[in-house]
Amino acid sequence: MDKVELEKTLRDTFGSVILDVQDPDGILTVTLSSDSIIPLVQFLKDNLSFGFLTDLCGIHYPDNELALGVIYHMQNMKENTRIRLKTYVSKANPSLPTLTSLFPAANWMERETFDFYGIIFTGHPNLKRILNVEYMDYFPMRKEYPLEDPTRHDKDDRFFGR
Amino acid sequence: MPETNSHIEQKPDNLRMYSTLNLGPTHPATHGIFQNVLTMDGEIVIDSEQTIGYIHRAFEKIAEHRSWYQITTLTDRMNYCSSPINNIGYQLAVEKLFGVKTTKRIDYMRVIIMELARIADHLICNSVIAVDSGALTGFFYVMEEREKIYEIFEDICGARLTTNIGRLGGFEQDLHPKTIEKIEAFLKRFPVMLAEFEELVMRNRIFMDRTIGVGGISAERALAYGFTGPNLRAAGVDYDVRVANPYSSYEDFDFIIPVGTQGDVYDRFCVRETEMWESVKIIRSALTNLPEGPYYVAVPEIVLPPKEEVYGKMEALIWHFKVVMGEVNTPVGEVYSCVEGGNGELGFYIVSDGGRTPYRLHFRRPCFIYYQAYPEIIRGCLLSDAIITMSSMNVIAGELDA
Repeated sequence: MDKVELEKTLRDTFGSVILDVQDPDGILTVTLSSDSIIPLVQFLKDNLSFGFLTDLCGIHYPDNELALGVIYHMQNMKENTRIRLKTYVSKANPSLPTLTSLFPAANWMERETFDFYGIIFTGHPNLKRILNVEYMDYFPMRKEYPLEDPTRHDKDDRFFGR
Repeated sequence: MPETNSHIEQKPDNLRMYSTLNLGPTHPATHGIFQNVLTMDGEIVIDSEQTIGYIHRAFEKIAEHRSWYQITTLTDRMNYCSSPINNIGYQLAVEKLFGVKTTKRIDYMRVIIMELARIADHLICNSVIAVDSGALTGFFYVMEEREKIYEIFEDICGARLTTNIGRLGGFEQDLHPKTIEKIEAFLKRFPVMLAEFEELVMRNRIFMDRTIGVGGISAERALAYGFTGPNLRAAGVDYDVRVANPYSSYEDFDFIIPVGTQGDVYDRFCVRETEMWESVKIIRSALTNLPEGPYYVAVPEIVLPPKEEVYGKMEALIWHFKVVMGEVNTPVGEVYSCVEGGNGELGFYIVSDGGRTPYRLHFRRPCFIYYQAYPEIIRGCLLSDAIITMSSMNVIAGELDA
């Protein structure tokens, strides 16, 4: 199934749920509304044999209304095709359904995304921080958090060209 | 699956108690800094919980504050057993973003380096399986050859472990004839050593008893858990990025993808052994057919001009400054690029907004994804089998934590 066919199948099946379809680097990139991520992933897995969750990561666009995003990469190993799904949630209510029931591999990847972006995956069996310390009270990969410790006054980023 | 899994059905009666065992974070058998809290019934693992992140260094955050060419050095520290693959994988991803087409000579040089790194990675993993099952001798055999590989890296880039090898768009210098001699000498000596190592370990009765049927995983579970690389191939799925999505001219080379059947420790060992033989084949072929041509592509956005021009010509000096300060035109876009790392599909997902740094850079670290299957694999195993399973999965702390 090539990209045109894949796009048509998804548009026919899901219609208005799909907000945008692009092809930036040879991987079909589908942006969809956050409440329909589970049915779409289920459909891809069961009907189109995208049976492998390659990657899952977060992203933050502070200027957008739906500021936090999650990007899923899935793979159809039989036909050697890939697909990228994007969905965005607001910072006030950053919750998405978990994929752990479909892919056990999503477990740690979602924990990592929660750890760094504060996206809450509802229904996740063990949603707690994974790489950072547990008492951390912010989400370090969000754009508003500076790279270095903001309490330090001896280093001014302007002097380092940053 | 091993028969040992039947132990889990035996519920202990009220008189027996489970004990908790802390394996790690600085236990010698974990070969890295991560913790396993095991719930034990005598010698049998009932359940386990992993704590990782002890050497988390926030590479993704740092990468958002560095210009493109400065990020290669961060990737070294992920899978430090085969850092050239990480370096070149990152460079390939950035080149894909910039739309750079490399020459055949660059591709072949990269293939040689990546396959040497794969040998170094698999050597250490396989010999450590032998060490953890009580056979220390093989480890000393292979360390000598790994040292030779590191000497070759040292010749190419000046560093041994955290290599920072090559540059965006090629290399900073050509392969020296002496380096090529060293690689040729390595190709002569290494097969002898590898055959000797296999003779020592592979058909050893004790080693086979310790590894066959231990730590197995089925192909379905392995795929569900996101396994890639030798661990997935040991379970019987012939997925290899080098063949599925060839990069760096891998389509020019003739090699086989070994697969196992049971996905147990012995199969992982055998898959890695066969891959080393195949890597030797690839290096030999790449070295024989090494094309002539430039060792870097002249793309002003990412490649530094030659030093003699920088010191003599104004334009070259300006160009040099622009690259170093990150004041170059970056395309807007996003790219997912992956290479076959020592442990599996090593992916780089880049989102660029046209700035001097990546807007978002995410590393798909194979180790991080498949290590979460470890509790399921070792449930019902003996403690000593859990240790050997961990070393056969080649869990690298640097890659876990990024």
